Amino acid sequence: MKKNWPILVVDDEDVMCESMAAWLREDGYRVDTAPNGQRAVELARATDYAICFVDLKMPGGMDGIETMMEIRRIRTEASVIIITAYATVDTAIQAMKEGAQEYIVKPCNPQEISMLVARILKLKKLQSENAILRKKLTRQYKHHDIITKNPRMEEILALTQEIASLRSTVLICGESGTGKELVARAVHFSGNRADKPFIVVSCAALTETLLESELFGYEKGAFTGANGQAKGKFELANCGTIFLDEIGDISPKLQADLLRVLQERRFYRVGGSQEVEVDVRVIAATNKNLLEEVQQGRFREDLYYRLNVIEIRLPALRERREDIPLLAEHFVQRISSELGKEIGGISAAALKLLIAYDWPGNVRELENVIERAIVTCRNGTLDEPEFSWLQRSAAPQNWEVPDVPLDELERRAIITALERKHGNVKEASVALGIDRSTLYDKLKRYEISH
Amino acid sequence: MSALYLVAIGKVPEKAWEWIESAAAEWFPLPIRRLPPLSVPGDAYDPKRGQYQSVEMMKMLAQRAPGDATRVLGVTDVDLAIPMLSFLFGQAQLDGPIAVVSLFRLHQEFYGLPPDEGLLRERTVKEILHELGHTFGLTHCSESKCAMSLATHIELVDAKAEQYCSRCGHQLVQRFAALNGGV
Repeated sequence: MKKNWPILVVDDEDVMCESMAAWLREDGYRVDTAPNGQRAVELARATDYAICFVDLKMPGGMDGIETMMEIRRIRTEASVIIITAYATVDTAIQAMKEGAQEYIVKPCNPQEISMLVARILKLKKLQSENAILRKKLTRQYKHHDIITKNPRMEEILALTQEIASLRSTVLICGESGTGKELVARAVHFSGNRADKPFIVVSCAALTETLLESELFGYEKGAFTGANGQAKGKFELANCGTIFLDEIGDISPKLQADLLRVLQERRFYRVGGSQEVEVDVRVIAATNKNLLEEVQQGRFREDLYYRLNVIEIRLPALRERREDIPLLAEHFVQRISSELGKEIGGISAAALKLLIAYDWPGNVRELENVIERAIVTCRNGTLDEPEFSWLQRSAAPQNWEVPDVPLDELERRAIITALERKHGNVKEASVALGIDRSTLYDKLKRYEISH
Repeated sequence: MSALYLVAIGKVPEKAWEWIESAAAEWFPLPIRRLPPLSVPGDAYDPKRGQYQSVEMMKMLAQRAPGDATRVLGVTDVDLAIPMLSFLFGQAQLDGPIAVVSLFRLHQEFYGLPPDEGLLRERTVKEILHELGHTFGLTHCSESKCAMSLATHIELVDAKAEQYCSRCGHQLVQRFAALNGGV
C-alpha cells in the first residue's frame, strides 16, 4: 500500500532531493521533489502528501517554516518533517510549535529515517481506518467523499453545495449504482440540517400498504397487528431530510398522499384523525425516466413538478471513464483495509480492462468487482487474471436469444440469477447489475417468489 | 543482446569479482561483461564527512555506460553516503539502468573485528542482488530473509539469505520475460 502514501522532498539542493527521493523510491513510495517552497505548495495543492520532508534553510523566497505552514494550511493532515544541517534548540522549538511532526538533523542514520517514516505512516493508516469506520458507522458522506475528476460530476458536486441549505425538493435521476444516495447524503450533510436525521426509504422494496405505514406511521388498531402507535419515516425525519429512493415505483394512491405532504407539510398517520405537521426536506431518486412515466400516465404530473424543483442527473460510469482508475484505487485501499489484506494496487493491464468495460451496474458494480478481485488475489497486486471474467461477461459468445418478449427475457434472467445465487437477492442483484430495490420491484412485478 | 556491465570504481580485489560475477550469472539471464576500472570521481568526495556521494558515482556510471548496456553496476571500496543519510551500503535507480555498491562497511574490520572472508563474500553477494533487484523494479521486501529486504545496519544484512524470496524471484522472472532479453 506504500504507493498510496505519497512523499514530498523539498530542498534547494538538487542532489539532496534526488538522492533522498531515490532512497525512498527503493522502499516503494511514490516520491515527488521540489526545489523551493513555492513549487512545494503548488505540488501540495494537487497531491495529498502523507509526509513532506522540508529543508529549513532555502535561500530566496519561502524558508522551511513558511513552506511547512503553507502546506499545512492546504493539507491539514500532512506530516511535515523539518530537515536542517545545523541543530539549534530555538529553531527546533519554533518548527515544532508551528506544527512540524519531527525535526531532524542531516545526515542521520538510515535506520532513524526508515523507522520515522514507518511510524508516521502506521499512525496515518490507523487514522485512515478510523475515519473509514467512523464514516461507516454514521454514513455521513460529504461532497468531498465523492471521488471524481469528471467535469460533469464536478458541476454536480458544486451544485450540491449551492443547494445544501435550501429546503427545495431535489430529484436525483440516474441508473442503478451511480451513487444517487451518496449525492443525497452529500446534500444533507453539507447543509444546515446536517445534525438532524437523514432517513432513507426504499420505495420499491415495500408493498403499497406497508410503504404507507412506513412513511406516515400508524395509530393503534389501524390494522391487524398495530398494537400501538408508531411514527412513520416523515415524522422521524422531522427537521432533517427524507430520501425517497425509487420514487418512480410508488402507487397512484401514495403519489396522491405524497403530493399532499409536499404541498402542505402535513399528513395523517394510518388510521389516525389528527394531522401531523413536519418540517422535512424531501430528496427523491429514480432510475426511471420520470417524464416518460408522466407521459404514459403512470406518474402524476403535479407530483413530478413538485419533486423536480432541483434536478440532478447523474452520469453512468461509462460516461465518466476517467474516474474508473480513481474509484478503483479508492476501493482497493478501502476494501483491502477492511478485509485486512495487503494489496499493492492494480496493474496497468488490469486498469485497461476496467476502463474498457461498460459497467451496467455502475460504481456499485465496480466496487463489488474490486472486492471479489481482492478476495481472490494471491500475489499482492490486482492483475488481469482477477478481472478476466469481465471480458467474458462483456462479450458473450454464441449467445442464443429466444424469440420471446423482452419482459419475458428479463423475467427468465432474474429467475436464473436467483437460482445461481441460491435465492440470495443481494448477490443476484449484483450479478444482474441492478440495485437490490430494483430487483425487489421486478420480483413483485413478475410475481417471482424467492 | 544487451548486457549487464560490471565496473570497479577505485580498487576492488579480484576475489570479489569472482563472487559478484558468479552471483550475477546465477540470477540474471544476461551476458555479463566487465568494463575497465574507473577512478573514484573527485567531485564525489565530501571532505567534511570523509565520504563519497553516491549520486556523483551514479552520474559517472551513466555517462560511461556502453550502448548495449541494459544495466551497469559499479562496485567500490570507498564509503558511500547521500546528504540526508550518514551512510549507504549501495544505491540504485528503481527500474533504471544504474546501481552502485560499496564494500567499505561490509568488511568486519570496519566494525573493529578480525577479517572474515566468508562473511565478506556473503555480504557482497546479498548487496549485489539487492541493488540489481532495484534496477529491475523490485522494491523492499517485507520478508527479512529476502535479499530485497531493507538493511539499515550490518546485522540486517547478515540476517538475509543470498537469494530472493519466491515472490521477488517470481517478479524478476516476469520482468525478464517482459524485457525479452533487452531494454
